Amino acid sequence: MLDMYSGLRALRAGLDAGRTSPGELFAMCRNEIARRDDGVKAFLTLVDDDPETQRRLRGEGPDAGYAGYAADGAAREGEAEFASDGTAPDGRSGSAGALAGIPYALKDNICTAGIVTTCASRILAGYTPPHTATAVRRLAQAGGRLLGKLNMDEFAMGSSTENSARFPTRNPWDLERVPGGSSGGAAAAVAAGMAPYALGSDTGGSIRQPAAYCGVVGLKPTYGRVSRFGLVAFASSLDQIGPLTHSVADAALVLQQIAGHDPRDGTSARVETPDFSRGLTGDISGLRIGVAREYFSEGVDDGVRRKVEEAIALLAKLGARVREVSLPHTRYALSTYYLIAPAEASSNLARYDGVRYGYRAKDADNLVDMYSKTRSEGFGAEVKRRILIGTYALSSGYYDAYYKRAQQVRTLIRRDFDEAFADVDVIVSPTTPTTAFRLGEKVDDPLTMYMNDVCTIPVNLAGLPAISVPCGLDRGLPVGLQFIGRMFDEVTLLGAAYVYERAAGHSPLRPRFAPEVTGHGV
Amino acid sequence: MHLTEQDVAHVARLARLVLTDEEKHTLAGELDRILQHADELAGLDLAGVSPMSHVGGGETVTRPDEPRPSLAPLTALANAPDADEQQFRVPAVLEG
Amino acid sequence: MAFETVIGLEVHVELGTKTKIFCNCANEFGAAPNTRVCPVCLGSPGVLPVLNAEALALGIRAALALNCEVRASSKFDRKNYFYPDSPKAYQISQYDEPIGERGYVEIVVGGGVKRIGVTRVHLEEDAGKLNHSPLGDYSLVDLNRVGVPLIEIVSEPDIRTPEEARLYMEEVRSILRYCNVSDCRMEEGSLRCDANISLRPAGQRAFGTKTEIKNMNSFRNVQRGLEYEQRRQAEALAAGGEIRQQTLRWDEASERTILMRSKEDAHDYRYFPEPDLARVELSAEYIAARRAEIPELPADKRERFVRQYGLPAYDASVLTASRALAEYFDAVAALVRDAKSASNWIMGDLLAHLKVTGQEIEQVNMTPQQLAQLIGLIDDGTISTRIAKTVLRDVLEQGKDPRVLIEEQGLAQISDEAALRAIAQRVIEANPKSVEDYRAGKEKALGALVGQMMKETKGKANPQMVNRMIADMIAGD
Repeated sequence: MLDMYSGLRALRAGLDAGRTSPGELFAMCRNEIARRDDGVKAFLTLVDDDPETQRRLRGEGPDAGYAGYAADGAAREGEAEFASDGTAPDGRSGSAGALAGIPYALKDNICTAGIVTTCASRILAGYTPPHTATAVRRLAQAGGRLLGKLNMDEFAMGSSTENSARFPTRNPWDLERVPGGSSGGAAAAVAAGMAPYALGSDTGGSIRQPAAYCGVVGLKPTYGRVSRFGLVAFASSLDQIGPLTHSVADAALVLQQIAGHDPRDGTSARVETPDFSRGLTGDISGLRIGVAREYFSEGVDDGVRRKVEEAIALLAKLGARVREVSLPHTRYALSTYYLIAPAEASSNLARYDGVRYGYRAKDADNLVDMYSKTRSEGFGAEVKRRILIGTYALSSGYYDAYYKRAQQVRTLIRRDFDEAFADVDVIVSPTTPTTAFRLGEKVDDPLTMYMNDVCTIPVNLAGLPAISVPCGLDRGLPVGLQFIGRMFDEVTLLGAAYVYERAAGHSPLRPRFAPEVTGHGV
Repeated sequence: MHLTEQDVAHVARLARLVLTDEEKHTLAGELDRILQHADELAGLDLAGVSPMSHVGGGETVTRPDEPRPSLAPLTALANAPDADEQQFRVPAVLEG
Repeated sequence: MAFETVIGLEVHVELGTKTKIFCNCANEFGAAPNTRVCPVCLGSPGVLPVLNAEALALGIRAALALNCEVRASSKFDRKNYFYPDSPKAYQISQYDEPIGERGYVEIVVGGGVKRIGVTRVHLEEDAGKLNHSPLGDYSLVDLNRVGVPLIEIVSEPDIRTPEEARLYMEEVRSILRYCNVSDCRMEEGSLRCDANISLRPAGQRAFGTKTEIKNMNSFRNVQRGLEYEQRRQAEALAAGGEIRQQTLRWDEASERTILMRSKEDAHDYRYFPEPDLARVELSAEYIAARRAEIPELPADKRERFVRQYGLPAYDASVLTASRALAEYFDAVAALVRDAKSASNWIMGDLLAHLKVTGQEIEQVNMTPQQLAQLIGLIDDGTISTRIAKTVLRDVLEQGKDPRVLIEEQGLAQISDEAALRAIAQRVIEANPKSVEDYRAGKEKALGALVGQMMKETKGKANPQMVNRMIADMIAGD
């Protein structure tokens, strides 16, 4: 019996064998959403499974001119175009088609033409973009079926999804706890079996941290691996789209589809897209794994530490060579991040001014008044806090002391990794210092909230790929194990995570409330 | 103290945000703590360390100078809170 | 007290690309509002800029033509400010690493050449346009111009008079038009100028307090606006007053500058490196290729015209005003005996024709070969200069060769001695009074007789011959 925990290959096999249909899979998800989402509250917008929507997301919709631009732009660059059944003309590693007919959901900061995209902010309430994110277009062209848009911390700023302007999302493992953030809706939707996979975005851990809290796999690709076109910018030099799935193999399949150079993103890398499933061999003998003491500071819970140490021991047993590495500037990562990300955000979010789209305050006397009222009423507290910090860090007289300094420290953090990766192939750490905390527990204490990201932030600063995989439960709550890889070496990263996942046998993790299903697969 | 309530008010004005006195007070405290935390960077010797503004690099990224269709007029203004004569309408602009 | 004026200019030039600098919308002037916009122009959430290769190339070419050093490595920055003409609330510009630095422009002033330093040349995007409602209660925003590629050219404060400012602007325009970087039409805003001006007591090194003037939208207004401000500042200082640092707007209608904002309102632009655009890294080959695209520039052409053709400096400067005009002259001069005659015809009748018809030299209905032929026909005595003026007009109207027109209309000069002598005899016999006067020493009377002679021949008689012939015949009687 198939369900949304079965894995993408099993779902695809079910479709191929005629045991299920795309429509049936979509309906199954909608059933689960109807059953679970009153409690979890992961979805902000539901999308119907109609061909018109799918066509528009493929860039073939009726908004003629501009959609034409999109398709045209891709074709010119010799990018693979996929037929709607998912077959790829260029034989993209045989994985094209892997996602055809399979439903998915999107964090609400990923633009979808004709479908409301709000970033869970009042300031974008009702905003319907004319453009579709390149990553989504590629999923649509591969035959994916969009279920809906997922809750998040407003503009991806937060670690609990409590900063949504709509409502907080809850952790399927314990509805009194947060799912993490900012891709909390994505992690919760996948964990609760409402979608087989989702796309989130990761600026300082926003995919990996909620993945860890909800017991799913979360992959942040190398900066530049996946186009940012259509991802609403939070911090442009850190943001990256990535998948949340039930397994490492699924993450590889989704990445395969969304990765690749995009002429509409000047920071998307002109590198070859390898077969990401190539490294899923189950063999890691000789793989050199680094463990950095800096990731096991006193802030890490004992329960989490224990699980991660068990995982490292298991990896050693499986044939990996574990050695200690030093990342001495890790301790500065948090400060660095909380200057750089807000600075970029203060500029990226300046465009929400009530002129061309989105919310506009009523009763403004003049332009400046309209701007200020619109922005003050449209943004939530955390967004304002970060805009203020970022504006301050860039303002006259403080740029050198704060922003520039942070960018220099960023160079040192990157150098630490470069040196460590001379000796090891991947680095392993906890994804988060704790398991999921209670709703409201940290909402009034920004600095403590920021500490959640202490293990994930250095990775974004350096631009590296990293993945969080479940490594068991601590007092009934999932713990995440983070693997960090070299720039553009997702193949090795996924290979290592896959070996651990198979040997540990945790995935797919089903929250307690999920119905027990007899027999996996079909 | 790094940051007074006046500083917060000034930065808020730059960012086009209006804050109540209470918000100014709370935010001054919160922002001050964050900046204090950032002070740890001040102690680092960064002489000769270049700032990392981009992750990638080394090659200029350009696109060909080929025109493509713009948005249909209706689509361009579809999300506008206020529009007139195929343009976005805004309240009177006062210099300053 | 005597004051010295110090002026620096910031010139914005729209680049003549097909598309905008960061998206594929057409770079076109004059389209209906908001019909040349896409999500990138609108600053829609989630969109990204991608640099237009041609905008970069034109920017580098311009920097080189302005004698700048081009940076092998430069970057874009964000200039943050809120205004409805700026959809992202930041302008993508270049702050501390512009594409070009330390250049210069040479102007001809007071019979000599003066070098005006160019501090920097950088690439940036243009902003949209606001149309204010008649009652001033609201404004309408047209974003067509958003993202049109610009270069900003910042001069050193080397300019000393409003006239020099105008000459500098004209020279910059001329250089950039030569290079096909921009059409530089001030009336369409593709060339714009802001000026900083201050006065200081003669001999003092330190600069005085400056004001900035915007909205001088023609060459004439650049000079007039600066003259006005120069006078205003001089009067204020002479009266013991102070100059306040402020931004002013030139109001053409009232012919004065109007306060826009004072220094206290200065913006804090919070520049930082644009994370969405990779750094610009240029190879030596790339820069050399852009340099190779630069044609002979106006200053070199002027110098060559004087040296090669022996033209007066004034002629050289008029003829090099545009590249096409200079090339036209070069082509004519190569085909005629005396280049000065080519210069005279082009600067006189041809430019007058262009002025009347509003045409550019490129549109004119007469090839350089045709003009050279016309000049050749004067030189060999086939037609008189006066007839040539008529022929020129006909060539411009009909595009036919001068030789053909002269043939068709029988305009060739009568140089046949015997034929002319017979007519002269008739004229002398018919005007005894004039003959009498001439003999009595009234030189003017000869002119009347020659005039009669030209009338008889419908202007086709060779005037030199006629003059000599009548004088000889009266003397010989």
